[in-house]
Amino acid sequence: MSIDLKTIKHISKLSRISVDEKKAEKLAGDLNSIFDFIEKLNELKTDNVEPLTSVAETTLKLRSDEVKSKNLRDQVIKNSPKENEDYFVVPKVIE
Amino acid sequence: MSDITKQSLSELVENIKGKKLSSSEITKAFVERSEKSKELNAYITEDYANALNKAKTFDEKPNLDLKFPGIPMAVKDLFCTKDLRTTAGSKILNNFVPTYESTVTQNIWNEGAILMGKLNCDEFAMGSSNETSFFGNVQNPIDKNLVPGGSSGGSSSAVAAQLTPITIGTDTGGSIRQPASFTGTVGLKPTYGSCSRYGIVAFASSLDQAGPMAQNVKDCALLQEVISTYDEKDSTSIDFKRNEYSKELTKDIKGKKIGIPKEYRVDGMPKEIEVLWKKGIEYAKDCGAEIIDISLPHTNYALPTYYIVAPAEASSNLARYDGVKYGFRAEGENLIDMYEKTRSEGFGAEVQRRIMIGTYVLSSGYYDAYYLKAQKVRKLIKNDFDDAYKKVDAILTPSTPSSAFKIGEKTNDPVSMYLNDIFTVPVNLAGLPGISIPAGHDAKGYPLGLQIIGKAFDEQNILNIAYAMEEKINFKNNITDWWIK
Repeated sequence: MSIDLKTIKHISKLSRISVDEKKAEKLAGDLNSIFDFIEKLNELKTDNVEPLTSVAETTLKLRSDEVKSKNLRDQVIKNSPKENEDYFVVPKVIE
Repeated sequence: MSDITKQSLSELVENIKGKKLSSSEITKAFVERSEKSKELNAYITEDYANALNKAKTFDEKPNLDLKFPGIPMAVKDLFCTKDLRTTAGSKILNNFVPTYESTVTQNIWNEGAILMGKLNCDEFAMGSSNETSFFGNVQNPIDKNLVPGGSSGGSSSAVAAQLTPITIGTDTGGSIRQPASFTGTVGLKPTYGSCSRYGIVAFASSLDQAGPMAQNVKDCALLQEVISTYDEKDSTSIDFKRNEYSKELTKDIKGKKIGIPKEYRVDGMPKEIEVLWKKGIEYAKDCGAEIIDISLPHTNYALPTYYIVAPAEASSNLARYDGVKYGFRAEGENLIDMYEKTRSEGFGAEVQRRIMIGTYVLSSGYYDAYYLKAQKVRKLIKNDFDDAYKKVDAILTPSTPSSAFKIGEKTNDPVSMYLNDIFTVPVNLAGLPGISIPAGHDAKGYPLGLQIIGKAFDEQNILNIAYAMEEKINFKNNITDWWIK
């Protein structure tokens, strides 16, 4: 298979990472060599294999529905690049 | 002073409990040595003044019943430390100061240890040489311009150079064991679910585990018993009976069955790795272990599986870095433009590459062909180990397919960099514990490691085997302090 520049542009959009032409070409080269390597998996027949989603063979523990941490507003906002009172500030989204 | 930093963790604990050394004396010695070792670039953030103050406070009213009474320790910069910058080696977290503490580090401070600083690592733990860090390369104390391994490269360098008595790293595909092997130190990747992931910057959540990196097996056991606790803040933390690993440590491994997987004899493996492995088998026999040939038939599929599963999980985990809630923000013309510029300028090349791979394999039309396929092969890889453990108690392999390489040697070829993890990745995919111990040197005098892989939750057994073999191997790290002027 081959990943072309159009596909790179599409993935970059999905990833929310901007790429220019030069970077797109470099990424296409890298991704193609990585996917050539990944293609090896197609040698294996896996029709009747159950996918492994977690190695930990346990079920999630239940807990009572109680609030354990309160009044974290200042902590939550503390590392924000831009805030106004209790809100995160982002570029305008509604005209 | 200089001989304080030469002591192992166990010796330092003994000396402080015997009142032969104070926390201030020990902390001062490690801080001074760290300050003289800036050329190694092992630290991202130093916290020496606070460490010295805490040591002084400790000495005023020492609690000598703790496991790490007043012992200074630097940790990988992937663990969130309250009120001390945590970067994960990334520009995007360059100014992030956590308001909470990771469970693993909290456990360590609860036993009296003192934080000295945060250690360099590959960006978001994605790398095998520490070269993807936003904060620059780390030098391997073994030789100038040699990589210390990765992603826990600052950690391996700091332990080998004795800038910290012991440390913790994280291991998603080999990030504790490979750097340990490259620096002649001991590194343990515990069973998945053994150490809490709460407060560790996430890379690939079904694979990530924290673990100790130490100068010897006993120290490693001592730290493992402190960091391994059940934690309700991590939904994948497993509630099993944990040993007091250091107390139950024994060199008596007579009759233990150790498997040798034939598939780990990979094409193009240097002869010295083969020789090392054979020597390891002899050491294990000398310790009274029984050697059994086994097969792990899907070994060759582990790396391709890993390079689907890990980037897929990473692309999802790293979606949170959007320039809104914390971390770096690049200004944009609108919201989408701000997201795209923030992530393009904030993440380094390797992280962007992996996010793109992950996004692609999870995208509409490709999910079944890649991600689902990888999950199925992951099951086959785990089944291989389950079958092997019907016959053996542990598995012995080389830790890495080569010794440490030069800085810049593999940066232009991602696949050749990924091949570094060929022996360590299957262990993460199967969720098993694995330990790397130094076992010899190559022709250049660089250290080589052997890996012992255990059954799930059987850390005690692999620690015991490592402890017994360590004595037979009698490895000596050859470090000349070349970076100290």
